[in-house]
Amino acid sequence: METPQSEFFGGVRAELPLMVGVVPFGFIFGAVAVQLGLPASITQAMSSVIFGGSSQFLAAPLIAAGTPGALLVLTVLIVNLRHALYSASIAPYLEKLSPLWKGVLAYLLTDEAYAVTIAHFQQKGDAKHRHWFMLGAGVTLWTMWQLSTAVGIFVGAQLPPEWSLDFMLPLTFIAIVVPVLKHRAYVIAALVAGAGGVIAYGLPYRLGYLVAALAAIALGLALEERWKRR
Amino acid sequence: MEATLGLWLTILAAGVATFLIRLSFIAVHGRVIMPDWFNRALTFVPVTVLSAIIVPELVMTDGVVNFSPLNARLIAGIAAILVAWHTKNVMVTIVVGMLLLWGMQYFFG
Repeated sequence: METPQSEFFGGVRAELPLMVGVVPFGFIFGAVAVQLGLPASITQAMSSVIFGGSSQFLAAPLIAAGTPGALLVLTVLIVNLRHALYSASIAPYLEKLSPLWKGVLAYLLTDEAYAVTIAHFQQKGDAKHRHWFMLGAGVTLWTMWQLSTAVGIFVGAQLPPEWSLDFMLPLTFIAIVVPVLKHRAYVIAALVAGAGGVIAYGLPYRLGYLVAALAAIALGLALEERWKRR
Repeated sequence: MEATLGLWLTILAAGVATFLIRLSFIAVHGRVIMPDWFNRALTFVPVTVLSAIIVPELVMTDGVVNFSPLNARLIAGIAAILVAWHTKNVMVTIVVGMLLLWGMQYFFG
């Protein structure tokens, strides 16, 4: 018989191995954001209020460039839209919970917490206290993300700008994007988005990258569709 | 840069938007089935948005296209793409990219 405690610590244990990947990212985010000139308070608030790795990485250079708030919120929204899929996938398992539980678990619903939780939820057996497992996984990730951001902010603030540590940001993006380019539709979409970002660079309010990305998504979908039919 | 009220409100709005996305189906459990094109479009989002932001950072210097072999960010970026392709390792990609950037800045900067 699983108890709330055993489920909670089960979630903590399942989440811990993922910290090897999460902690360096939190550290780099904190260090790069302050190197880009963001205030320490705003940097830490991004990790706790937005709490979404890739959207924070994208938002940091946009804030540094003085992008208007509405466009920044729209970008974060588009990048985090995939979490709606996680929400849909996990919803049936949280149906009977109180609104407070649903709110807390929704706040903690990130890529890494979703990955271990859905695997646990789909197992057979005693499901009564399983939401505690998700809480354990989510709280573990949240805590480590805040701590690694804080350490990154502290270290980043000590390092001189001549070290060009802000370059770790495009390098991190490259390391995330390139291995995902499995199908040629993705390769072409990435190339078009990159070229479009350069061509549309001069658009007002830094709208260029968004226009380029949306055009590349439409093209990628069309190409995928076309190649699938043949 | 100052932590202005406007910046705080922007972060708050981005956080609320993200929270509402995550809450969406958990709160309104209506078994809404997303159209297939929407799901597929989402898989293109990270690749395209990141590329649209990275490439100008590598190719442009102060807002002007700079394909010079002395453009340290461009050369280090291309090398990082090749390293990422072969190793699929985040840390190796970052280390190689930074070392190349520093090297080029040291010799040509």
